[in-house]
Amino acid sequence: MTDTVVRAAPPSAAKPVSNSLLRHAQYVISENSVTGMAFGLFLLLALCALIGPYVVPYDPLASGPATLSPPSLSHWFGTDQTGRDIFSRVVVATRLDMIIALSSVALVFVMGGLAGIAAGFFGGWTDRIVGRISDTIMAFPLFVLAMGIVAALGNTVTNIVIATAIINFPLYVRVARAEANVRREAGFVQAARLSGNGEYRILLMHILPNIMPIMMVQISLTMGYAILNAAGLSFIGLGVRPPTPEWGIMVAEGAANIISGEWWIALFPGAALMIAVFCFNLLGDGLRDLVDPQRRT
Amino acid sequence: MFMTIGKRLVTVIPTVIGVVVVTFLLTRVLPGDPAVYFAGPAATPQSIADIRKSLGLDRSLPEQFVRYVSDLAHGNLGNSLSTGRPVVTEITSRLPASAELTLSGLLLSIAIAVPLGILAAVKQGSWIDHTCRVVTTAGVSLPVFFTGLLLVYVFYFLLGWAPAPIGRLDAFATAPPQITGFYVFDSLVSGNFETFRASLSQLILPALTLCIFSLAPIARMTRASMLAVLSSDFVRTARASGLDTRTVILTYAFRNAMLPVVTTLGMVFSFLLGANVLVEKVFAWPGIGSYAVEALLQSDFAPVQGFVLTMAVLYIVLNLLIDIIYGVIDPRVRLEG
Amino acid sequence: MKRRDFLQSMTALAASTAITAPAIWSGAKAQSRKETLLLVTENGPNNLDIHGVGTNRPGYEASWNCYDRLITHEKKTLADGSVSYDRDKFKPELADDMQIGEMSVTFKLKKNAKFQDGAPVTAKDVKWSFDRAVSVGGFPTVQMKAGSLVNKEQFIAVDDNTFRVDFIKKDRLTIPDLAVIVPGIYNSELLKKNATEKDPWALEYTKSNTAGSGAFKVTSWKPGVETIYERNDDWVGGKLPELKKVIWRTIPSSGNRRALMERGDADISFDLPAKDFSEMKKEGKLKMISNPIGNGMYSLELNVKNPPFNNEKVRHAVAFAIPYQKIVDAAMFGVANPLFGGKSNDVSATNWPQPTSYATDLAKAKALMQESGAGEIDTTISFDLGDGVNSEPIAVLIQENLAQIGIKTTINKVPGANWRSEMAKKTMPMMVNFFSGWLDYPEYFFFWCYSGQNAIFNTPSYVNKDMDAFIDGARGAAAVGDKEKYSTDVRGFISKAYHEVPRVPLFQPYLNVAAQKNISGYSYWFHRQVDYRSLVKA
Repeated sequence: MTDTVVRAAPPSAAKPVSNSLLRHAQYVISENSVTGMAFGLFLLLALCALIGPYVVPYDPLASGPATLSPPSLSHWFGTDQTGRDIFSRVVVATRLDMIIALSSVALVFVMGGLAGIAAGFFGGWTDRIVGRISDTIMAFPLFVLAMGIVAALGNTVTNIVIATAIINFPLYVRVARAEANVRREAGFVQAARLSGNGEYRILLMHILPNIMPIMMVQISLTMGYAILNAAGLSFIGLGVRPPTPEWGIMVAEGAANIISGEWWIALFPGAALMIAVFCFNLLGDGLRDLVDPQRRT
Repeated sequence: MFMTIGKRLVTVIPTVIGVVVVTFLLTRVLPGDPAVYFAGPAATPQSIADIRKSLGLDRSLPEQFVRYVSDLAHGNLGNSLSTGRPVVTEITSRLPASAELTLSGLLLSIAIAVPLGILAAVKQGSWIDHTCRVVTTAGVSLPVFFTGLLLVYVFYFLLGWAPAPIGRLDAFATAPPQITGFYVFDSLVSGNFETFRASLSQLILPALTLCIFSLAPIARMTRASMLAVLSSDFVRTARASGLDTRTVILTYAFRNAMLPVVTTLGMVFSFLLGANVLVEKVFAWPGIGSYAVEALLQSDFAPVQGFVLTMAVLYIVLNLLIDIIYGVIDPRVRLEG
Repeated sequence: MKRRDFLQSMTALAASTAITAPAIWSGAKAQSRKETLLLVTENGPNNLDIHGVGTNRPGYEASWNCYDRLITHEKKTLADGSVSYDRDKFKPELADDMQIGEMSVTFKLKKNAKFQDGAPVTAKDVKWSFDRAVSVGGFPTVQMKAGSLVNKEQFIAVDDNTFRVDFIKKDRLTIPDLAVIVPGIYNSELLKKNATEKDPWALEYTKSNTAGSGAFKVTSWKPGVETIYERNDDWVGGKLPELKKVIWRTIPSSGNRRALMERGDADISFDLPAKDFSEMKKEGKLKMISNPIGNGMYSLELNVKNPPFNNEKVRHAVAFAIPYQKIVDAAMFGVANPLFGGKSNDVSATNWPQPTSYATDLAKAKALMQESGAGEIDTTISFDLGDGVNSEPIAVLIQENLAQIGIKTTINKVPGANWRSEMAKKTMPMMVNFFSGWLDYPEYFFFWCYSGQNAIFNTPSYVNKDMDAFIDGARGAAAVGDKEKYSTDVRGFISKAYHEVPRVPLFQPYLNVAAQKNISGYSYWFHRQVDYRSLVKA
């Protein structure tokens, strides 16, 4: 009988995609407490980066009378060799490290992502050329390549960003290419073609938005790696210039002090670095669960 | 089999060419004039010009490139200006040190990460799973040189358990006879147990540092692969047939889950070869990584070029090897290939 | 099934080569440890021969210990009990008689002197070695020239046992120059056998082989890793060394070197950073030895040819803005001789280096900047990355104070190899730099750093006729023994340098050594390297 089949109209008609995405996000975060923790950390880092320089107790560049003093009430993280407050430096460094991470990732996303989807979508010579470039970069020991690029161009933040972007290029190309390849003959692409869209338009307006979720995962994972890369370069002496506060260079400077017992100089920036990279990695995992649960690792 | 190898080699050639060209350009673009460096203090413009001529740096770039390539064809990687020996000698004498370190780190990492990954997969969603993820991710979140220094501080300086970070061997021990160049293996095979213990103990901390850094990718891959396999049909059948859990996991599931892990190993190995340079610097390990870094900072081109080429070739050979192993392990690949 | 067998055999192989449980404790120390010295430093030699192209400073150490010279210096004990070479007293090494004439000096060689391969040392070998030193170019030739040893014609082998050096002009530095590392005596017969058309002086051979008559010979050299020396039991140049074997290991990380010393796993750690030295001294577990580096100073060098530092008032402003005491305390941990805050820039004594009268006075600096009319300045401070341990904190502290007087700076760390090139270009506006001369005489320092020849070490590009007059005057006076004129001219050039301040002296650094308590016999040498011949391990 039709009575039992008739149902009331769905209560809320217009609360589309965003609501379900948000609910899905909430579900994933609550399901996996670790992801939730990572998300919280990320917010903390963003906060430090945005308002950090305005709220720190000391000028991160100002030397002071109390050199090499351990953590105390006046200097929460202690001071370094020239008397600068380490707590202020660690907090202010958040901004620079986030900038390095974000810009290298943005750069490689644009370069690698576009090259990758072009290679995957068009195939043929585009694929071959992009593939060869990618393979050539991969064949280098990546860290040494980054060192070489920074040594050649000069150690500024811009060049560190460029070097990091270049060494991550193959990874993004591979992911983007695989995704674009899969969707090449998908229904919606064929429909777009039929409606008269040019190939480039399809690439940018249809393929790209569809692979964004997977790329977001990749971005999150690479952000951590970008910061570690900058730290490694600083250890060799090719990192940012002093007295700029940056976690990597602070760890490198403090490394020699570990033996003499001044553990705080390297530990706090090292911990901050670890927390940030850790946070990005876990966030990447969480994003992956959110976006493509099949790929959970 | 040989057809596939042959085909792969052909596709590899453009890559090698690319590597050669890029390395050459990169080293020439490095700032710093080696001629001035080697002319020494109080150099006059004349002596600098003389040295530049003797180093062949006064020729045009394309001319230098041609010279470089023809040298390569004869197996001549040039001379290292900083040590004065041919680059080939330097690399062959130092490569075993780096290889021994990287392999030990990798083996240690596999020994820890694979069981951890299996455990995490079997007990998915439990606290073991979460701990595994947290621990491995933590390992890869610290800069590798920092981990190394911390280990030195704790295990050598504070506890005195590990020996001095003084290189491959204690100063008063003698090196074993050269068979493979791997001190641990050579000393064991030649029966020199004193050196065996000495070289092994020197290897522990640096290998541990590399291991911590590479746990994450291997553990993750194992876990993911195991998860996929554990939910597959044949495992379900094995369980239904009444086989005990252990047999199911180890004999059936693990073997089949190995494939993606093997590919990951290749990626991890080449990744470690790069991270090597920092570990070698911390532990005074006489490998090619630290040598290349020193050369780079001295604008000494030839060793940097030689190092990069060697690494590139190793990487390509390794990938080829992995493809072959893949073919052996997985008959499906062979049938299709 | 073949595949299964293969896999099984693979697993079996893997299992059998599995690493056994590690034995972490190091084995019993060998008996030979008592007669062997383990020395650790940050860098090792890249060439065993000082005459080689681009030989680094550790390479000089190898040459010093493996080759003999005609004469060497006596030693003296300083006020704090440490031993140093005596600049003014010489004693024979390979020669046992030295007769100084009007325009020449004649040496009689020791009759029983032999090279390490058994061949006797003759005057022909000495001449060949001296010819080599002035012909190979680069640093050795320049160093020979500093003592007016320039032409092969100056060196004469009178007979098998007698060697004469003719002077081209009277120069007080000629005799001391014969005692530096460069004029070592090489085994000419052996080297002639190893010479080629392209390499007539056998530089390739001596790069990795020692061919001398010295107290030690290198028996194993792994560049970048270690150098092993063994004693030459037939040495006649002096008292036979107590050590039979010296192992010199390169350990790049200063923290690790310190750990090795504190745990007793190394005998000597040479050239410690000031921080490690001051802390280890407080702990008192090791023997800590420290000597001020003769004829040496760290300074802030200003390029006087180009703006903005061609303006003398700006330079004065900078000289008053530098946080001197902070630098000595925070950057050098007090292990340095201050070269500031003296009585006057018109000096009354000829000792070198000595303090300027500048001191930190920001108000005065600001006033001077106003007077100079230079306005806001934006420039760079450069330093050698290889010296970063000291230079970086110094640069950071200076940067901070200069910012307060209107000079904005960016810090420019220059990697080692490029530093020399950059110095040669003479375009760096401001540098934190260190210079020290082997021959410990003020006119020697000024000859390299302030004179019109505009050598690479004259980084400020300072060229001034009056300064040259003082320097030449002093050198001439020293050559003929005119003490009065010497004193006037030396005071003249020091005062002028301090008034015009193309470089602002900061401090005189120390050479720091840590040794186990059972090591004795260390002495400080002008070349700032280790002399193994006097070391004793109890």
